[in-house]
Amino acid sequence: MPRLENKVVLVSGGASGIGAATARLVLREGGKAVIADRDEEKGRALANELGASALFLPLDVTHEADWQKAVTGTVEKFGGLHGLLNAAGVGAGGDIESCTLQDYRRVNDINSLGTFLGCKAVIPAMKQSGGGSIVNISSVLGLRGAPYAAAYCASKGAVRLFTKHVALHCAQMKYNIRCNSVHPGYIETPMIEGRLSQTIGNMSGRQWLEELHPIGRLGQADEVANMILFLLSHESSFSTGVEFVCDGGLTA
Amino acid sequence: MSELSERVAIVTGGASGIGAASARLLQDAGATVVVADIQEAKDGVGRFVTHDVTSEASWKALLADVLEREGRLDIVVNNAGVSGGTGNVETTTVEEWQRVQAINSEGVFLGCKYAIEGMKKTGPRKPECKGSIVNISSIAGLISGAGPLAYTASKGAVRLLTKSVALHCAEKKYAIRCNSVHPGGVDTAIFNPLWQAVGHEQGKAFIGARHPIGRMAEPPEVGEVVLWLASDRSSFVTGAEIVADGGITSGLMRRLPLAAP
Repeated sequence: MPRLENKVVLVSGGASGIGAATARLVLREGGKAVIADRDEEKGRALANELGASALFLPLDVTHEADWQKAVTGTVEKFGGLHGLLNAAGVGAGGDIESCTLQDYRRVNDINSLGTFLGCKAVIPAMKQSGGGSIVNISSVLGLRGAPYAAAYCASKGAVRLFTKHVALHCAQMKYNIRCNSVHPGYIETPMIEGRLSQTIGNMSGRQWLEELHPIGRLGQADEVANMILFLLSHESSFSTGVEFVCDGGLTA
Repeated sequence: MSELSERVAIVTGGASGIGAASARLLQDAGATVVVADIQEAKDGVGRFVTHDVTSEASWKALLADVLEREGRLDIVVNNAGVSGGTGNVETTTVEEWQRVQAINSEGVFLGCKYAIEGMKKTGPRKPECKGSIVNISSIAGLISGAGPLAYTASKGAVRLLTKSVALHCAEKKYAIRCNSVHPGGVDTAIFNPLWQAVGHEQGKAFIGARHPIGRMAEPPEVGEVVLWLASDRSSFVTGAEIVADGGITSGLMRRLPLAAP
């Protein structure tokens, strides 16, 4: 039996990277995927490619009204909502000295506020659908610091912790909704394209990033999507409020 | 000569609670203390400056003022913070979220940024005399069940931001350390809503009973941790999470209430 049969999953940042890989996997496992993204062109193209079990909806994760529309649109189209992947995010470089307050706020608004608003928006629909699973993409930089990513570290630390709050709140309220965070290492997605082409010392950005991981290479979006699939499915039914790490040994 | 003589410290939120206790202990250890707070300090520790941690202009003015008046900067304790009500994931509004992040997260971000600027400008007074930034996070930055949603998010942000700052300063060889402190329940004004609901003594007993040690902390018990991190006694400690929580995160947790009982 497919692992997500008839399950409806809303994916923020679904047009590319980990979000897109997860949307594809959801369909392969018998579920329906709503690709919600700011990038209409890419999002619509992916939804068209995936066919009748996929839908594109425009979403700016920092706007609460957008989230309401995305949840309503999802339920109207597929009749329920069982899974949410908060994959939308930005990776901004910048150490504590070069990062401006504006940069700090922008990164935290998208990565942290955006994920909170996603959790908040789906809870009523998930309750009505009999329960569900929320997966928030944090990062290895939500577990360890990086000197070049002050705002990003802060935003992912926030996601790591409020994920636990959401998990505990839903458990206490007996909503049958679980919530976990996923902490990927460096994954070959559009988010890190800029870093790959940099030169760091006598290494290319790619080599430098690859060497951070004991496994000796970058991760692929599918490898993270497989972990997300486990968390979205019933297989992880006793896991909530937990940090799932997918990092090629980086934090080991 | 006392341990911290010739050193200048800024303590945000220094008018009350952990900030006031830290300011007093730093002053007792010989430091020149500037208490920066949005509310007037009552007990007259150090020099008081009205300061809003959320305002970059306020930070610029504070730094300029301290460099002019005290002449240098060695220690910054980013302590100012709010609990931000009792909102959970369903009830927290965007406005409440942003207000809490502005004070607890952006305020610490700016505090680190301007601490580094000030410390770089004045440099270590002696080779062995190093800069130290102490950020007050919380057990809510380590586990769930210890605070409202927006507060928990902000303290998680401070925990990781601290590590980024520590590593940046280490990489740049700035001789500035940066650490986070994670207190459990401390008898401060942050619990005022609970004190108002059930009374001070009863509220203290209620929260205290959730700590393995069986009581809440008094502010100086966290102030001592701040003092240690501010001094050179912790010279090899940077990017670390120092927990002072009466044992609460050590084991299966007797949870703090998300809202007042």
